[in-house]
Amino acid sequence: MLQPVDALRVVEEQRSNGVVVTTMMGSRAWRRVSHNPERDLHVGGAMGKASSVALGLAIAQPELKVIIVDGDGSILMNLGSLVTIANKAPAKLYHIVLENGVYAMTGGQPVPGVGRFNIAGIAKEAGYRATYTFTDLTEFATQAAKVLNELGPVLVCLKVEPEIDNTPIHLRPPPARRTVDAMKDLREALARGVSPG
Amino acid sequence: MSEKLLRPASILREFKKNQVTHLVWLPDSETSFMYRRLVEDGSMELVPVCREGESIAIAAGLWVGGKVPVVLIQSTGLFESGDSIRGMGLDVNLPLVMMIGYRGWTRHGVTLDSAARFVEPILNTWGISYYLVESDEDVERISIAFDHAQRTKHPVAVLIGSEYAEN
Repeated sequence: MLQPVDALRVVEEQRSNGVVVTTMMGSRAWRRVSHNPERDLHVGGAMGKASSVALGLAIAQPELKVIIVDGDGSILMNLGSLVTIANKAPAKLYHIVLENGVYAMTGGQPVPGVGRFNIAGIAKEAGYRATYTFTDLTEFATQAAKVLNELGPVLVCLKVEPEIDNTPIHLRPPPARRTVDAMKDLREALARGVSPG
Repeated sequence: MSEKLLRPASILREFKKNQVTHLVWLPDSETSFMYRRLVEDGSMELVPVCREGESIAIAAGLWVGGKVPVVLIQSTGLFESGDSIRGMGLDVNLPLVMMIGYRGWTRHGVTLDSAARFVEPILNTWGISYYLVESDEDVERISIAFDHAQRTKHPVAVLIGSEYAEN
């Protein structure tokens, strides 16, 4: 098992100038490792839709590296997006799924079918160009430079320890930037010119 | 009296006028002629989705990337897309035009299909403005919808009240 922050630190080392689209617990962990928050896009407003937002961005900007930091509970809400992504096959899209087996933000209830399904297997059969599963940080760190720079779409399932929270929504700390502001700022930044990620 | 038709070419002309780049789409039973015409035209990229809720979020990503997407879904898909429209449309000021197939709607007699009856109450509840398009005579409303979406930074719906004609 990996710790989410340790695993995402490895992802950050490979982001180059890419945009990172995050959701749910992944957003919190990513905030602790990101060196380029202007290119981070936290998507909390529509559950399970981070992969879809990232796909739109990757289609719009094919030269831009786009990384999704997703969760198992989130992608289970939008499994069809795996087929939609594979069909459009954006070459620089990297889909990280933090698999912790639970809905960590609602107190740690198990996701349906925990331990029975294989996220990387589902993505592979959906048509992703490559898929990987890592349970060990050293192994992931060793392979990351290759995995996160090969022809996409690539899905990387990281088996992580759950970081469970059960704080009522109105008592949770707000995100560093509101999604509406992050989207507007990123759109303007990209309009000024895309540096390939 | 000649039949009033809604031609795919007329819709396409409006899309081009508004510099649409991408069509995020889940086809429905009323839109097969439209689909064929768009594929033949090839000037806009089709993004087919598996379920309509994806479409709003994909459109949001396209917009961030500087493109001009349009979503084409049926009224049933509008219902399915509720949380995406809220979170990735209304809450993020997305100036998106959604072309909604108004399944089962009629101005003649009683509209029985619940896929039609709930559309306008839901759009009104969400504060989403909408324009009805039934024939070529109405298609300029599509440009009005684009202008409305840009001006208000808000999703706007175009309700397609009839099936597309063959040509």
